[in-house]
Amino acid sequence: MEASKVIHAIYTDDDVLMLAVKKVKAEKYHIEEIYTPFPVHGLDKAMGLAPTRLAIAAFMYGCVGLIVATVMMNYIMIEDWPMDIGGKPSFSYIENMPAFVPIMFELTVFFAAHLMVITFYLRSRMWPFKEAENPDPRTTDDHFLMEIAIHNNEESLSALLKETGAVEINIIDKEDAH
Amino acid sequence: MEYKISNRLKLGAIILIVLGALGVSYGFWDSHQIEDVEDVKELLASESHHGESHDTEGHGEEHAEESHEEDHGESASHTEEGHGDEAYSAEAEDHKMTHEEHVLHQIHNRPYSALYVAAFFFFMIALGVLAFYAVQYASQAGWSPVIFRVMEGITSYVFPGGLLVLAIIWVADKHLFIWMDPDIVAHDAIIQGKESWLNKPWFFIRALIFLGGWSLYRHFSRKFSLAQDEADDNRYFKKNFRISAAFLVFFIYTESMMSWDWIMSVDPHWFSTLFGWYLLASMLVSGITVIAMVTIYLKSKGFLEYVNDSHIHDLAKFMFGFSIFWTYLWFSQFMLIWYSNIPEEVTYFVTRIEDYNLPFFGMVVMNFIFPLLLLMNSDYKRVNWFVIMTGIIILCGHYLDIFNMMMPATVGDRWFIGIPEISSILLFAGIFLLIVFRALGKAPLLAKRNPFIKESENFHY
Repeated sequence: MEASKVIHAIYTDDDVLMLAVKKVKAEKYHIEEIYTPFPVHGLDKAMGLAPTRLAIAAFMYGCVGLIVATVMMNYIMIEDWPMDIGGKPSFSYIENMPAFVPIMFELTVFFAAHLMVITFYLRSRMWPFKEAENPDPRTTDDHFLMEIAIHNNEESLSALLKETGAVEINIIDKEDAH
Repeated sequence: MEYKISNRLKLGAIILIVLGALGVSYGFWDSHQIEDVEDVKELLASESHHGESHDTEGHGEEHAEESHEEDHGESASHTEEGHGDEAYSAEAEDHKMTHEEHVLHQIHNRPYSALYVAAFFFFMIALGVLAFYAVQYASQAGWSPVIFRVMEGITSYVFPGGLLVLAIIWVADKHLFIWMDPDIVAHDAIIQGKESWLNKPWFFIRALIFLGGWSLYRHFSRKFSLAQDEADDNRYFKKNFRISAAFLVFFIYTESMMSWDWIMSVDPHWFSTLFGWYLLASMLVSGITVIAMVTIYLKSKGFLEYVNDSHIHDLAKFMFGFSIFWTYLWFSQFMLIWYSNIPEEVTYFVTRIEDYNLPFFGMVVMNFIFPLLLLMNSDYKRVNWFVIMTGIIILCGHYLDIFNMMMPATVGDRWFIGIPEISSILLFAGIFLLIVFRALGKAPLLAKRNPFIKESENFHY
């Protein structure tokens, strides 16, 4: 496998970065990754990333939470130890449902929120004791970094990036490309 | 590009008004076909004849239940209940109101209620838009100025619509509000205790203060908004900001009191402390839905060229959010009363669940489940026809909401969504369309000198 070379272009403003991304995309270069200190609105669309499926996952997690709440309350309050709820001892889940709605709501939110965050971390390949993939610590402060693979086009690419307003351009030999 | 109400729309609105007026007149004529107690007796006899087989079945079950209870030795509580009933019927005799008379009143109340529900529904849309519009100014929102003129068009209905509502209350009188009937008040200690608030002169003084305040704000904010178009500084915008903030304070108090007066007092024994909020949620969600619909309509005609999908998306987000807010308040009101089960409170929901089962739960499905599932996906909020279809469901649902607030107190179980109700909707829909779209034609559709107009034009999600 040929040693892969990448170019790191560093920007200091998110608007400049956005324009640069559009220009680079228009020249038909493939952007490997962009590191930013904060989420840049519209960057995903400009880069042409596939839309996230996190929302669908969140919906399903919410449904799981709703089912867990229903089954749990039915077991606790109706089957295992039947409770007289609000002076209406009907011992039926559906007739006592208003009393369980807050729990059903809360567990729906709880499951959706927590599992969504966990999914997001795992999907972003972030877990405990993971080494940072971040190539330049300044991207956690006030710099933006665009990474593009080089295929024998070093000069033209550097010139293009310079033109888009990059403040610094580094050529990096990547040891292991994944 | 100037918008002018098209002849087709004008004609359509006038046809709606004529059809509605005919239907409403028919409703009044029809309800007076049953003139006196004898007619009601005949009616009830024919009805019970239809349901005879059901009745006997019901009786059988009741007997079974009674003997069952006696088996468990609960006869003590049973007799107590019996006593309660006797006391109640004695009281009823004192009122000198038989069941037939009661039914007669309900039949006569129906066209008034139908008219009032529709009038209030369209008025509430305009008022909700007015509050939303004031929020846009007070928060100095940057996304919405391109649809300010649409909102101003809709709020032109606040004053005429409010007057219509008050006129109906004035004419309908005790047909809607039993506390306006001196005979009833004379026998009712609870209403007597509330008389210092619930009496006709004070009711109308209050109503005029509310309506006057809202209309004044509407008048001046529109005036400043138009003046800002020609101004060379932001003076009028700042004025609008100030009066909007003041209006919101005035509005949140008066809207609450209006909800007690105009709606909650039809059940003068019952009260709910979050009723004002609950009505506000209905108001805002219907108002925002209508803003979205009018915007999409005008866009489809080639106007509002600066409104893009992101603006529709934001309106749809508000429709979604306020639908959930409405459900939250509806459920909060319902659950507390259901849980505590205090007779004088819970009777409100007992009536609705027993006599209004379909509209009561149907409304929750239309106002909550539908918007929740239809508008949850972010992409759907940008599809115009999807927003329109969901909007129609939301509007029907919130009409039903007002219907459920008013009808049980005035017509009891003699309700139906028939000619009086539908014609009333047509009548007020026609008036609403005529007034709103005429107002939309009176000014340019872009508030061009608003300080946020650039931001709004470039608004992008």
